[in-house]
Amino acid sequence: MPTLLGPLRSVIGWLEVRTGFAEALTPAVTHPVPRRTASWWYVFGSATLALFALQIATGICLALVYVPAADQAYQSLQYLNDQAAFGSYLRAVHFWGSNGMVLVMTLHMLQVFLFGAYKYPRELTWIAGVLLFLCTLGMAFTGQILRWDQDAYWGLGIGASIAARAPVVGSLLVHVLLGGPIIAGRTLSRFFALHVFAIPGILIALTGLHVWLVLRLGVNEWPMPGRVVDRETYRKRYEDDVHRDGVPFFPVAARKDMVGMGVVVLAVLACAAIFGPNGPHGVPDPTITDASPRPDFYFLSLFALLALLPPWTETVILLVGMPLAIALLLALPLFAGTGEKSWRRRPIAVLSVLLVLLVVTTLAALGVMSPWSPVMDAGTALATPVAYVQGRAPLELQGALIVQNKQCRNCHSLGGEGGRRGPALDGVATRLTRDQLIRQVLQGGGNMPAYGKNLAPAEVNALVAFLETLRPANQAPARAPVTPRPVARQG
Amino acid sequence: MCANHDLPPSSAARRGFLFTLGVALSGLAAALAGIPILGYIFGPVRGRAGQAWIRVGSVETFPEGQTRLATYDNPFRVAWDGPTAKIACWVRRIDGDQFQVFAVNCAHLGCPVRWFPQSRLFMCPCHGGAYYEDGSRASGPPPRGLFEYEYEIRDGQLWVRGGQLPTLAGPV
Repeated sequence: MPTLLGPLRSVIGWLEVRTGFAEALTPAVTHPVPRRTASWWYVFGSATLALFALQIATGICLALVYVPAADQAYQSLQYLNDQAAFGSYLRAVHFWGSNGMVLVMTLHMLQVFLFGAYKYPRELTWIAGVLLFLCTLGMAFTGQILRWDQDAYWGLGIGASIAARAPVVGSLLVHVLLGGPIIAGRTLSRFFALHVFAIPGILIALTGLHVWLVLRLGVNEWPMPGRVVDRETYRKRYEDDVHRDGVPFFPVAARKDMVGMGVVVLAVLACAAIFGPNGPHGVPDPTITDASPRPDFYFLSLFALLALLPPWTETVILLVGMPLAIALLLALPLFAGTGEKSWRRRPIAVLSVLLVLLVVTTLAALGVMSPWSPVMDAGTALATPVAYVQGRAPLELQGALIVQNKQCRNCHSLGGEGGRRGPALDGVATRLTRDQLIRQVLQGGGNMPAYGKNLAPAEVNALVAFLETLRPANQAPARAPVTPRPVARQG
Repeated sequence: MCANHDLPPSSAARRGFLFTLGVALSGLAAALAGIPILGYIFGPVRGRAGQAWIRVGSVETFPEGQTRLATYDNPFRVAWDGPTAKIACWVRRIDGDQFQVFAVNCAHLGCPVRWFPQSRLFMCPCHGGAYYEDGSRASGPPPRGLFEYEYEIRDGQLWVRGGQLPTLAGPV
């Protein structure tokens, strides 16, 4: 070994004399950080950086094969999946790496928020971080487009439809976004340039600024209740604390960072090995109208929100609410830059985090189930439960056929199968009387279209006869409310 | 070390002039390079009518009282558009020369609506919008009925005016 170390030392020495890297970087790498920040809570930032490096490496590899042209992108992805050596695995790593990056970055942001790290003098670090987060979401969206499948095509349609809602400049935005009047070849080239050149360039520059600021201003100390941030005293107190009771970043704090980086990258590699790449799902041919587009997980909550918002609020929430939320995030350190850092003394901060997490995860879970989407093939793919046709009169059986043939089950489930947009039809007879059933079928209402023009009177008759049988044997059918008779006045 | 006051006045003036010239030339170069770059990026906006008359097919191929999917090639296609050069529309022939031609894009957020001839409804797979056979909104989040193409019958052929992605900002 010593025989090998000697030449290595001299090579390093030779390089150091010329570059001076070690001399310049050692103070940065070994700078003192507050002792308690050598904590597992502080590893998410470096873990995000590790995943970003992994994304760059796998992204460059994918670009070696991927053809960013609308007529060949899909085939080149199939080639990556099926033929290129390790192509499928690298696609999987890039996909799971993007999921991991969004996830770990979110954890980092939550930790920074709860630890009050955005307060004086680290306001700009936070602002650069929020911009990094937005750019990462931009990478997620543009990356999803490069998959150039049905989800990508219709995802672009949704993006353009949102942009189109902007007053006055709507049409202009759509044309700039799509690179023309409609989603086509020029659109993919645009998104390729954004995903591969423009946004990564901004990401790298912002990451540089972010890390520079962390080094210059020091790692945020562990927040202690009662130790409030004051612009006059903070920096001196921080310097004193770090010099009195600091530890060198490398190797003391960096050990946990290195473990964290290793764990997240290994987790991504494992997910990629177990679950494989995502898609491409179906040729992006817009004349195939039986597509059911779904977004990747980071946009599931937005997808759910757009289905559940009352229609009249949508445009306002998209065009005013979203930019306001982003502006609020960016401006946070400007209006809350001093005061308590500890989450123990910031109940509103903790509650807002819980509220946001609850809303986002609930919406995302709803987005996965998407109960508002009709089950498009219910009429042909699902069987009518045997119990509902056994021992039924011919008229009622005709009604069962109508339920099936008129796509009622696209929105209404029967025996647990079918759409969930409308109420389940099992037990409908305990809720609605014959007259109410007829009225609902003919006129619609609530969220149901009116079928008056599409059903012959005989069909309505059969349908309602069947629906009237849909109640448990031990439960009485619905009865029309009886208007109470006026009680005779006493004395 | 060599501040301007150490130098003869003519030299100081020359340095000041060179600095001003440097700023001016760089600014001019940035502007001259920037104008075409911005023009290039925002190029798709210029003359953005995005509409042309397109032949969809013979009137005979659309039976009266039915709604059928028709496809046509994007009139503004480029050679590398691949499958995205095709565009679909729903053609409803009411009777004779009376038609309604709908964009497949849902008026809510542009997902492809599907026609169900049995229940005579268009349904959207994304957020659950539904439309009647005449394109009017039946239920769900769409703020309006389906986008409808302008159409003409020329020599027994159905022509529509289209070519741009129908949205609330620019319906077909």
